[in-house]
Amino acid sequence: MVDNKVNSILFAGVGGQGILRASDIICEAIMEAGMDVKKSEVHGMAQRGGCVTSHVRYGKKVYSPLAETGAIQTLVSFEKMEALRYLKFLRKDAAIIVNTEEIYPPAVNMGDAPYPIDVIAFLKEHYSKVIHFNAGELAQKAGNIKTANVVLLGAVSNMMSIDQSVWENVIKKSFPEKLVKINLAAFQMGIAA
Amino acid sequence: MKVLMSGNEAIARGAYEAGVRFAAAYPGTPSTEILEEFCKYDGVYAEWSPNEKVAVEVAIGAALAGEKALAVMKHVGVNVAADPIFTVSYTGTNGSLVIVSADDPSLHSSQNEQDNRNYARFAKIPMLEPADAQEAKEYIKLAFEISEKFDTPVFLRSTTRVSHSKAVVTLSEPRKHEDKTGFTYNADKYVMVPINARTQRVEVEKRQQALKHFAETFGENKMEINNLDVGIITAGMPYNYAKEVFPDYSYLKLGMVYPLPEKLIRDFASKVKKIYVIEELDPFLEEQIKAMGIKVIGKEIFPYTNEFDPGIIKNAIEKNTQMPVSPYKETLSPRPPNLCPGCPHRGLFYALGKSKAYVHGDIGCYTLSYMKPLEGLHSCICMGASIGMAHGMSKALKEKGKGKVVGVIGDSTFLHSGITPLLNMAYNNSDALIIILDNSTTAMTGMQEHPGTGYTLMGKEAKKVNLKVLVSALGIENIKVIDPLDLKATRSAIKGELAKDGPSVIIAERPCALFKRANIKAKPALIVNPDKCEGCKACLGLNCPPISWKKGIIKEGSKRKGISYIDETLCNGCGLCEQVCKFGAIS
Ligand code: SF4
Ligand code: SF4
Repeated sequence: MVDNKVNSILFAGVGGQGILRASDIICEAIMEAGMDVKKSEVHGMAQRGGCVTSHVRYGKKVYSPLAETGAIQTLVSFEKMEALRYLKFLRKDAAIIVNTEEIYPPAVNMGDAPYPIDVIAFLKEHYSKVIHFNAGELAQKAGNIKTANVVLLGAVSNMMSIDQSVWENVIKKSFPEKLVKINLAAFQMGIAA
Repeated sequence: MKVLMSGNEAIARGAYEAGVRFAAAYPGTPSTEILEEFCKYDGVYAEWSPNEKVAVEVAIGAALAGEKALAVMKHVGVNVAADPIFTVSYTGTNGSLVIVSADDPSLHSSQNEQDNRNYARFAKIPMLEPADAQEAKEYIKLAFEISEKFDTPVFLRSTTRVSHSKAVVTLSEPRKHEDKTGFTYNADKYVMVPINARTQRVEVEKRQQALKHFAETFGENKMEINNLDVGIITAGMPYNYAKEVFPDYSYLKLGMVYPLPEKLIRDFASKVKKIYVIEELDPFLEEQIKAMGIKVIGKEIFPYTNEFDPGIIKNAIEKNTQMPVSPYKETLSPRPPNLCPGCPHRGLFYALGKSKAYVHGDIGCYTLSYMKPLEGLHSCICMGASIGMAHGMSKALKEKGKGKVVGVIGDSTFLHSGITPLLNMAYNNSDALIIILDNSTTAMTGMQEHPGTGYTLMGKEAKKVNLKVLVSALGIENIKVIDPLDLKATRSAIKGELAKDGPSVIIAERPCALFKRANIKAKPALIVNPDKCEGCKACLGLNCPPISWKKGIIKEGSKRKGISYIDETLCNGCGLCEQVCKFGAIS
């Protein structure tokens, strides 16, 4: 077999949380670090308040933009209960990063269904590496609630061997100048979380 | 230079690098971004045509003038454009013509899952199919070369996974555009009356033979010889999925999916012991290869429906692998897509849902209103169908249908293919009511311009069609213009127009809540007064995302079991819920 270890990250959350932006930034960083990368997502209907996912895969040579079910090493969930929706895609030893903010789906909003309780405890029971924090609060500390996606990126960056300088470069290129400082701060918040 | 690009961005870039400067399209997921990107390049002409048939005809005209012309659409758009496509296959292109068909396996954003490779065979037009963004950029160039060389239109087929996946793409220097335009007269070739078409028909078969020959040595039909026990014949994105899980098998990857290189396939088959044909949707390659008398395994183990992924391929071939399961066993509440806060459609469909009329819907965001609790429409087939269907149903039901049959259609969809059926309604004296939802844009696909917006794809100001004048010119006499967020006026217009004899049209005017140019300042968010709320849940019936239910907040002297609550960070202040609340609790 050709030795070609490909890493897979799955970003998941709800439309409007900046998931596609975050996965774009990570791909730029991977590319700048000299690796091959592919990412895949579905636009269209999904964006009207529905679930959004983005697959990112990187390594020496990447063929498929989608990972095999059960082979994803890292899940980054931008919303708490959304983490539960994608567990079958993960390896048993996967790392999970969860934003503990809750966004109620319509049935919960209408009082017809409960919001799942003890999500974090459940995840910890089944996976050895679960990192959880309130990305919205950290983003606010960094100066803007809208940078929650970059906070989450900071947390993912801990699990990747890409130089700090590469990340900083890519973040600088990804935002208009006046937002760069806040986003760099948000990124650091994520690293420390 | 290396950049990260989606398949769609790469198709636009590839066309530009090939020296293409002319393109026409109608937006449709997953194809829309191709022209949105292409129009940004220097010196190009790109337009949104009102529909795909027009786009292809525009491109044919440009090709006959000697241009390299590109027409782009989603898979179902090719149905609309099929008429000119089948016959330009006879005339040939003079310049060059490439038609991009972006298919949508898994129906991520479509009403059906048709496999447009069948069009290649049906219309006798060669088709290339890239597997990722880099190939998409190269294949569009090759498509133009083939078109030029064989005087034929060429299809480039993409799928959602190719169009919307990003990959590292190496850019090349764009070719200079050479102006080869001018008039070429050749009536025998371009006037498709029977006598000429019979001659061209024979030319088409000759071209087919030449293309088959060409396919044998076409560089993108590639053999990768490895482990000889298993050979895989595949094309497009499934190639990547298969390589991922079976990197050691031998491959025949077909960059050109029609016509097929028979000798090359036989050669490959003679080298390997066992062959799998891996393709999404129809057994398009499989049936043709089986017809060559070659034994292959295909749809007996691979699914007919939905897109593949690496796991599906692995499981089909290895059979007894265990499907991964989630440790979480409870059911999770789904997150169905919903109309946005402040969406003008919400008011209209709330009123329609309560009107007891049978409502024929059309293609657009508003199709979402069929779901509970709005339940505002009862059928939806394809672009423009609502009007003809409403007319037909009303004619069939006669007296029974009086005042009960409605068709709704968006502004972009109406201009796409609603004008002719509305003309028919006037002509054949229909009794149905048509409501045009004029939100000033093509919202579903992400705010594209159309003949009713006053702007072109290239951002120039343009003639803006006046819907009221247009509808009246078609022969409709009962026309009413309303604001769909004014519930009282909306209800009374629907009631009034349904009661009238003959065809009526209501134009519901209000820009899409997300439409930037309309410059609608969101009004302050509304709040529910917990003292006044009686917990009747009427407002929840609007299914507006900010409105939720808080259980258990009771009040003395009231039977209420809870109250409703508005999330002010999401509310757009449109005022619809205020009109629905009978207790004046929302303000
Ligand atoms: S005013 Fe009411 S209906 Fe309008 S956006 Fe706000 S919550 Fe929704
Ligand atoms: S409609 Fe008015 S009274 Fe009824 S639940 Fe909504 S806010 Fe309360």
